[in-house]
Amino acid sequence: MTDGTSRIREYKIEINNLTKNFGRRLIFKGIDRVYDRPGIYGISGPNGSGKSTIVKIFCGILSPNSGTITHHSGASKIESNVWYRHIGFVSPYLVLYDEFTAEENIAFFSAIREINFDAGRSDFLFEKFGIIDRKNDLVKTYSSGMKQRLKFIGALYHNPDVLIFDEPTSNLDIAGKETVYNVIKELSKEKIVFLASNDREDIDLCSEVLDLNLYKSK
Amino acid sequence: MKSALALLKKDFSSEIRTRYAINSLGMFIVVTVSVILFSIGNEKINEYLTGGLFWVVVFFTSMSGLSRAFVSEEERGTALTLQLLAKPESIYSGKFLFNVALVFSMNLIIAVLFSLLFEMFLFKNLLLFVFAFIVGNVGVAASSTIIAAIIAKAGSKGTLYPVLAFPILLPLILTLIELTKQAMDGNTVSDSSVELAVLFCYDVIMISAAYLLFDFIWKD
Amino acid sequence: MAWKIFLFVLMTLVCIAGITFPIVEEPSKWYHFPLIPGLEENAKIIFFHVPTSWITVIAFLMSTLYSVRYLRKKDLDDDSKAYTAAQLGMIFCILATVTGAVWAKFAWGSFWSWDPRQTSIFALLLIYGALFALRSAVDGEEKRATLSSVYSIIAFVTVPFFIFIMPRIMKGLHPGSADDTNAGPIVDFKMNSNMQVVFYLSLIAFTILYYWMWNVGYRSHIVKEKLQKQIS
Repeated sequence: MTDGTSRIREYKIEINNLTKNFGRRLIFKGIDRVYDRPGIYGISGPNGSGKSTIVKIFCGILSPNSGTITHHSGASKIESNVWYRHIGFVSPYLVLYDEFTAEENIAFFSAIREINFDAGRSDFLFEKFGIIDRKNDLVKTYSSGMKQRLKFIGALYHNPDVLIFDEPTSNLDIAGKETVYNVIKELSKEKIVFLASNDREDIDLCSEVLDLNLYKSK
Repeated sequence: MKSALALLKKDFSSEIRTRYAINSLGMFIVVTVSVILFSIGNEKINEYLTGGLFWVVVFFTSMSGLSRAFVSEEERGTALTLQLLAKPESIYSGKFLFNVALVFSMNLIIAVLFSLLFEMFLFKNLLLFVFAFIVGNVGVAASSTIIAAIIAKAGSKGTLYPVLAFPILLPLILTLIELTKQAMDGNTVSDSSVELAVLFCYDVIMISAAYLLFDFIWKD
Repeated sequence: MAWKIFLFVLMTLVCIAGITFPIVEEPSKWYHFPLIPGLEENAKIIFFHVPTSWITVIAFLMSTLYSVRYLRKKDLDDDSKAYTAAQLGMIFCILATVTGAVWAKFAWGSFWSWDPRQTSIFALLLIYGALFALRSAVDGEEKRATLSSVYSIIAFVTVPFFIFIMPRIMKGLHPGSADDTNAGPIVDFKMNSNMQVVFYLSLIAFTILYYWMWNVGYRSHIVKEKLQKQIS
């Protein structure tokens, strides 16, 4: 399971008339999209416009009030309770286990995901994100930028078909941003990558942008 | 199931690192039992009362410790991480197994303390008590785990937990107190088969209801 | 409007009949109630105690049904319906407890004796109380609705233990307990026909009253919630 040998699967996410309210307050409505080929797709909108809400719906953590969202791998539809297997997720509000070391975190994640822990692959990723010499330190001692890098490792470890990055470059220094942009570009050749962000630089990477402001009321 | 066990292993390692339950629950048991000893003084209390007090201590210790399974994940914000790692059923199973282990070790300590400190904590039929203890502990863990999942999502977690859990645990505790009395009186297992069956039904109903409903609680 | 008048007439009739009709040893007139050994004059409270308990159970059942519906359809109106049913259930539960305790004082000698039925209704009061405590502790309508729905379903699955199993295990005084020597419910065996008529009329009147209160209650709850949204 290294990056070079990953199969290119036809993965498709189809969104139909997606509407979400919190209580009786409308967040967005009537979103129709199909994401069926590799690339970088942006999701933009000001704070509170529902960026995090829609990416959580993509992950199956939140359910929409009306409309449907489906994931397909090849010709077969994937049940919503196993979408998590095909998704890699990074966001500022994702939290890691403080009391364990970085490598233990990744090992627990892979065990809970029911995949065998491969130290080679995890080292490869630690190397890539430049925190290999700190992999045996407790996450408690990490800076927020390093935690962000570790989250990328956790998101990529199981080689998912879809990557969802909510504000991927927050807390990162210039070198970190550079690494992340390179990784995103590399991933986008064979996977569907979502970027939910307000950052101009992030959005410029995207081939297509979903502006949530356009779905407020109609 | 594998991922439930992996989660169980994670919680155990976390417990070993942080020693939360060992320290705070252990102390809680010591404090509660001492309060009972102080309030009794030199009074000789009868055996039924020690049986009742035993389950009172079990109830309050459970209420102080078992909510942590979900509350800690929710407070630290790792609940989302878990949502992205496994199916809800696996999460519930993992947490349930952890709480079962916790309830068993905790109640075993309480039982040992009670038999050392109270002369009247004696069973004519120990086997019946052991049966009730085992089936009862599973029931306590099942209800406490699902209530913990509910209060993890609500405010004022600490005070709310016993309030929500008590009515749900009441039939279980009443039956357990009854069985403890019967074990003290020396009933055979077949004499008390109805009560044991009630306990067993409670476990089955609670575990299956929790499985069905956990999905709704777990997803935001 | 017509059925409100009907309800008023029915309620008045039940109250007057239930309270004023005399209990005599040998019922001869149409308005005479028979003397039931062991209950005597206390028997009259049956016209108020049983219907309130009945409504308590109905309200709890409705609250659970609408909770299930909420979880399936995620429609906040169902939550308002479940919540209103629970509120009314709480009121009638208190009434049933009080009328039961008064009756118990005269029939069994004390207000409270941890009879299985008393334990059950006490547990039901606790469940209702816990439900309201839970609701006030959660912000966010959807989360509140989901959590309270789940809780009321979990509470509901414990009900069989209270209704069917506790009375079998514990010693009881209430009709229907394991060691009840009166052999069965009073309704069928000890009442004469006019008593039964008043009893069933009372059940019907209370049920209509409950339904009407619930209907008004949940609609006003929905309106209130919508207004709050507009203001904030």
